[in-house]
Amino acid sequence: MRKSGFSFGNLDWILIGIYLLLVLFGWINIYAAVYNQDHSSIIDMSQRYGKQLLWIAASFILILLIFIIDPKFFNQFSYLIYGFHILTLIAVLLFGKEVAGSKSWFQFGSIAIQPAEFVKYSTALALAHFLSGIKELKLKQIVISGVIMFLPAALIVLQNDTGSALVYVSFILVLYRMGLPGGVFGVGFVMVILAILALVFNTLQEQIILTGVIFSLLAGLYYFMRKGFSAIMRLLAVFIISSGFIFSVGAGFNKLQPHQQDRIEVLLGLKDDPYGAGYNVHQSKIAIGSGEFTGKGFLKGTQTKFDFVPEQSTDFIFCTVGEEWGFIGAAGVVLLFVALLSRLIFVAERQRSSFAKYYGYGVASVLFFHFTINVGMVLGLLPTIGIPLPFFSYGGSSLWAFTILLFIFIRQDAERMNLL
Amino acid sequence: MYGFFIIVGIIFIIRLIQLQIVENKYVLAAENNTRRDVMIYPPRGLVYDRNGKLIVYNEAVFDLMIIPGQVDNNKMVNFCSTIGIDTLEYKKKYKKTRRYSRRKASVFKKQLSKTETAYLQEKLFQYPGFYVQARTLRKYPHHSAAHLLGYIGEVNRKEIKKDSFYTSGDYIGKSGIEKSYEKKLRGQKGIEKLMVDVFNRTKGAFHNGIYDVEAVNGTDLYTGLDIVLQEYGEELMLNKIGAVVAIEPATGEIISMISSPYYNPNMMVGSIRSDNYTILVNDTFKPLLNRAMTSAYPPGSTFKLIQALIGQQEGVLTPRTVYTCNNGFYSGGLHVGCHPHTPKIALQESVKISCNAYYCNVYKSIIHNPKYKAYDEAYLKWKSYVNSMGFGIKYGIDLPYERSGNIPKPEYYDKYYGKGHWNAITTISLSIGQGEILATPLQLANEAAWIANRGYYRTPHIVSYLGDKAHENQEFHEQHFVGIDRKYFDVVIDGMEEVTQSGTATLARIDSIPVCGKTGTVQNPHGENHSVFIAFAPKDNPKIAIAVFVENSGYGGTWAAPIAGLMIEKYLKGKISKNKKWIEKRMLNGDLIHK
Repeated sequence: MRKSGFSFGNLDWILIGIYLLLVLFGWINIYAAVYNQDHSSIIDMSQRYGKQLLWIAASFILILLIFIIDPKFFNQFSYLIYGFHILTLIAVLLFGKEVAGSKSWFQFGSIAIQPAEFVKYSTALALAHFLSGIKELKLKQIVISGVIMFLPAALIVLQNDTGSALVYVSFILVLYRMGLPGGVFGVGFVMVILAILALVFNTLQEQIILTGVIFSLLAGLYYFMRKGFSAIMRLLAVFIISSGFIFSVGAGFNKLQPHQQDRIEVLLGLKDDPYGAGYNVHQSKIAIGSGEFTGKGFLKGTQTKFDFVPEQSTDFIFCTVGEEWGFIGAAGVVLLFVALLSRLIFVAERQRSSFAKYYGYGVASVLFFHFTINVGMVLGLLPTIGIPLPFFSYGGSSLWAFTILLFIFIRQDAERMNLL
Repeated sequence: MYGFFIIVGIIFIIRLIQLQIVENKYVLAAENNTRRDVMIYPPRGLVYDRNGKLIVYNEAVFDLMIIPGQVDNNKMVNFCSTIGIDTLEYKKKYKKTRRYSRRKASVFKKQLSKTETAYLQEKLFQYPGFYVQARTLRKYPHHSAAHLLGYIGEVNRKEIKKDSFYTSGDYIGKSGIEKSYEKKLRGQKGIEKLMVDVFNRTKGAFHNGIYDVEAVNGTDLYTGLDIVLQEYGEELMLNKIGAVVAIEPATGEIISMISSPYYNPNMMVGSIRSDNYTILVNDTFKPLLNRAMTSAYPPGSTFKLIQALIGQQEGVLTPRTVYTCNNGFYSGGLHVGCHPHTPKIALQESVKISCNAYYCNVYKSIIHNPKYKAYDEAYLKWKSYVNSMGFGIKYGIDLPYERSGNIPKPEYYDKYYGKGHWNAITTISLSIGQGEILATPLQLANEAAWIANRGYYRTPHIVSYLGDKAHENQEFHEQHFVGIDRKYFDVVIDGMEEVTQSGTATLARIDSIPVCGKTGTVQNPHGENHSVFIAFAPKDNPKIAIAVFVENSGYGGTWAAPIAGLMIEKYLKGKISKNKKWIEKRMLNGDLIHK
């Protein structure tokens, strides 16, 4: 094994370039979203764009640190890092500060840190480490992977931050790469459809009719298959499971908190309430829609600037892009993310170290999930789940966590020539 | 994996195309979100009297406005406690305004006090969809002339539909000159386009105000009213039912127009208006009714002057014509009674003593004039004189709800008696102003005015100048000639002078000013007779013509004449002379209502 030498030439400058573009454009939009004429200096620390500039500078220091650390450290100590972050999650439950109903922040002087953000990279590390050490994915391995993925998710749910917890579902994509059967996704897809149907037809009467419809569909299917008794049994099992699922979704839905019920109902069009639960999304659509093709221009967005769109510098930052930069800017950001994700998969696939490869998939999965959920929410396609748009949204914790997540991978990739 | 990314990317881009390029409702929604048009209400025009005294002005009040579509009803409870109403009332008002429009502003609470306004201005930013709008209320410092000035009230749906100038909550003139000069008084609304944030806080002018529309102030009105005389007349008419109309003969300007019972115009202002309106509208004496223009009575003996003038013009009467009166006029079975006086009298004397028989004869000679082939032809000629003298027609005065009174058409009698079967005798009560004739007090005052002018009148009107004294109200400039030559007036006017000197209305006499008048006593089958008096003064170069009508008060000389005399003296001299104080006192204290 050769001495691990670090060289800038080995860095994947495409990933770094996209990263820098996203961070810069993100900052410009944060500046626009909270801009006010009394504080137009970009380094005004009383304003969010001033602080974000500080977070960005700190991110560059973090990047340098990651480049200095021996890349093997992250592989070898992945469980330790994972364990440490799990402890921070427990600690925040005990000692954390409650903000807007979620107990997920540590307050250090004037700086607040959200440990849940950093657990993502450690989970990706631990999962990659575990998967790189096994030969095949059997039930036992799936269960262990599941524990690695959902232990932090469970702790985050306890913090009352369901949105952030959902992110861990994205690691299933890593398992998919490992060879988790595609049927799992098919079943998942059917279940989502059934869940939506169960919510749309939410009275008992309608649900009985719905199961009747499923029964006749399955009966029709059997008529075309004609494969004998075992097929009947299988289809009957499918029917019983799906009917049970429909009724339990209805029952489960009633257990959700009212504001979550509202959001789902608004999304499914069961409730039209542009000034209640649908307010955020309604205003966000107005902001984006009013940007039209070329946008209103930098600092000219009226919707985001006058606080019509809530959380416009954090979760709804994409609104500002849509309003001020129009279709060109918004589609540009979408394409940048697609390029980033595709490049991540491309780079992951060229790794000779399976740890680096699985870690790369983990990175891509987390970013993909954040991107899809966040932009989907802002565009009114998905329910309102408060998670940030990576590299874009205002916030030190999330920027640092995504930077660490990405650059550990870039660092691993830079070593690919040196391995073996 | 690439597939997932590309599918999500494509979905997002399609959605962006839909939101940003295909649909444009969001652009409008964004404008509505951030732009608030604030109506700038111009101050309504002021009103002055003939001496430049301010009689109507504006006082600022503030209304709490609501834009239902922007309201956050979750904040209802807090909001209600802030403005001090209960949630039930809130819900009712919210629903009502929302039904009108979600996006347009409606009045949520009217006429906040100054302290309320100051308090609310600070709190209101927390409640999107609410803001305070400044408006003005009308104030009447002289507490009189309510019927003329009228009042303003909130526009109703019909008025909004008719004129797009108005939006819900605007005020519009509902009666008096507030109504008839609405378009002058209201001015032009301005629009200030503001940018607001989600809390409805102003963020500056929209495009630096280049789209703002400046408000244009309402036009001030200079009236011919003498507010002091108006107030004096109202005092005199207190506790009497009737009307007084005073006109400046040369111009047609109405100096005073009193309808009694009357009310304080300040009762019809602001939030107390609807309660007071209910009280007034239910009052059996009908104080809201402007009797000076909308009540028509038989003119009584004041109409004899008309017969005297028409008779002369038609050549059937001269000053030397003598008729004999033996306690009245006899024709076949018909008898029109008269009070006792010297039996043989000429024209001037007949005016002075108001002889019924004399005018029955005059009227008979007009209708039975051999010049005309038939009686109805003569009658038609007589009617055309009477019409041109301002009876049975509307003048088009600048006040709403004018009535024309009644001078019967020949067809009326044709129908009643059959064509060719009626004559002067069958219609003899017209000769002394009784029967089917109806005239408004305004028409009687106008009669005094054109007699004073010796043959013409200008349309009576309230407003003389628009905006400033340089802009005369051109509408009322035309002279209307009554069709009687000037020379025929002298004998009638001499007779009218004698009426106040030694005739039926000596209580109207003023030392040093010759007053020409004519009493009338209108027979009232339902009760006590109505007392009428018309007059003008001075005899030469007259400055004031007046008609006084007091219901159910008996002879014209007892109530109507002294009131007219006092009005004339007050107007011409500014005060009442000592030797007439006793009359003034009797008139002021006279109570004909609470008997």
